[in-house]
Amino acid sequence: MQIPIVRNILEANDRISEELKELFAKKKILALNLMSSPGAGKTSTLEKTLTALKDEFKMAVIEGDLQTDNDAQRVAATGAQAVQINTEGGCHLSSAMVAEALKSLDLEKLDILFIENVGNLVCPAEFDVGEDHKITLLSVTEGDDKPEKYPLMFNISSVLILNKTDLLPYVDFDLDRAAGFARALNKDIEVFPLSCRTGEGLEQWYAWLRKHVAAKKA
Amino acid sequence: MHEMSIAQNLLEIISQEMAKNGMTTLHTVKIKYGRMASVVPEALETAFMAVTIKTDLEGAVLELEEIPVTLECSDCGHEFTPDEDEILLHPCPQCGQDFGHTVKTGRELYIEYIEAE
Ligand SMILES: [Zn+2]
Repeated sequence: MQIPIVRNILEANDRISEELKELFAKKKILALNLMSSPGAGKTSTLEKTLTALKDEFKMAVIEGDLQTDNDAQRVAATGAQAVQINTEGGCHLSSAMVAEALKSLDLEKLDILFIENVGNLVCPAEFDVGEDHKITLLSVTEGDDKPEKYPLMFNISSVLILNKTDLLPYVDFDLDRAAGFARALNKDIEVFPLSCRTGEGLEQWYAWLRKHVAAKKA
Repeated sequence: MHEMSIAQNLLEIISQEMAKNGMTTLHTVKIKYGRMASVVPEALETAFMAVTIKTDLEGAVLELEEIPVTLECSDCGHEFTPDEDEILLHPCPQCGQDFGHTVKTGRELYIEYIEAE
């Protein structure tokens, strides 16, 4: 006998994600889901950001993508709250994992919550974790055709950070080509080329954060 | 890939629906997935086999049907289905605009029905 169902298979994840969204709205916390390939520099970008803005904002990090044990220490050294998620080899964070991790954080007066997703440009795109925005990070040591190869990730991200621009003279990466692909996939995406090493370009990323924290509080 | 989490969620939904309808034997599960939903059908079949092995649901067949991508032109609003290769960067057949389109279908992932008794 055939029983019609028509249920979204990932409904459980979406439901918890909606609950998290309500929580972040109530507490006026800007929640950002950071996604990239392994080694693109999510942790370095976070470390710079947490250090530069520590007098302006209260920030916390949920770490789902630890390359080394040092990563958590580097984040904690900036004075931000950090909690680590053990994904047990999983290819993405789920909203349930984020909800669990939140129990270890003090959300009072928190301005920004960074959720550092597992290094992977495919699976995290399918699992919302209550975020206001998805941020995709690409380093210039990867191919400039990545947006074309992983269209969904760029289609649903609000921001594309092109990291390690100090290495541009040494690699075959065309910034305009990568940014062009990303804008073709998503006309609203904001593209920020920057270098965590030299600090070049970081200011426009900070400006984006300030603008969106203010919007969340309004 | 995340087929294992999909299979576990699938199992959860099927178990609920079967219990609700007083059913015990599962024959077929019909799933529809969007072309952009990052689902590999063979991997999902394998994952579903893994989560149902030695359970009452062992041996059920997954029927998977792909939903094509439909884009809405960023310029003229015309809806169209792009070629296989250029999923999102495809010129609108009506006005030629080749980027900035909105994805209307192609990201779905849902159970349509089960056959069970
Ligand atoms: Zn058109």
